[in-house]
Amino acid sequence: MAVDVEQQLALLKAQLEERPGAKKKLSMVVFSGDLDKHIASMIIATGAAAMGMEVVLFYTFWGTAALRDPHKKVGGKNLVEKMFGMMLPKGRNKTKLSSMHMAGMGTAMIKNIMKKKNVASLDEMFDIAGQLGIKIVLCEMSMDLMGLKREEMIDYPNMSVGGVATFLADAAESSIQLFI
Amino acid sequence: MAEYTVNKTLDCKGLKCPMPIVKMSQEMPKAAIGDVIEVISTDPGALSDFPAWAKTTGNQVVDTKQEAGLIKIYVKRLK
Repeated sequence: MAVDVEQQLALLKAQLEERPGAKKKLSMVVFSGDLDKHIASMIIATGAAAMGMEVVLFYTFWGTAALRDPHKKVGGKNLVEKMFGMMLPKGRNKTKLSSMHMAGMGTAMIKNIMKKKNVASLDEMFDIAGQLGIKIVLCEMSMDLMGLKREEMIDYPNMSVGGVATFLADAAESSIQLFI
Repeated sequence: MAEYTVNKTLDCKGLKCPMPIVKMSQEMPKAAIGDVIEVISTDPGALSDFPAWAKTTGNQVVDTKQEAGLIKIYVKRLK
């Protein structure tokens, strides 16, 4: 009798650990390309990592542009891809506020205020993210549509390319899922 | 308040969210179980961030002091 109960308890414990959303993990879709949204997603991501959570950021659509390295040049693009390349911001420091951008004044102002108040810059936050083991997955489809190549992306310690199933698999076992 | 001795001080003066808890997350693994880390911060958000951090990581805030414009939080490593 006692053995039976113990066995059942062990089984239940195992099932509890396997249930979806049980892991101390954060999955975030970074869809927006605005500076303020990138800052918010990085603060949440680094905060989560600091609290011991596993963090995966899935960069898609407009968000992908922030991962471009302004110092890297890449060839082999057709006309449309070249156009996209010119129109999209070349990296995180070229992104704009989602409101009050005011032809650049608002964006410059917020960066200035952040510096004055000693809030970590986006550059610093990406550095910390890398140190904390935060994983970045690049949406393969977005890169394909916008003609962005893997070689023009920033150097980041834990970055890979994936599709929607990759994101959903991560999301399904996460306790927090966000769309920014 | 229970008795405790400070084993390490983390100077987070001037640092803003998320830096104080990021620094704590990097410092805590170096401490022994039972050690108390004193965090000195100027960020008011730290008052709610550290208890939240402690709860999620399984540690404990044993004391909080506010003096001379500084916030001092004492976090004990439980595991």
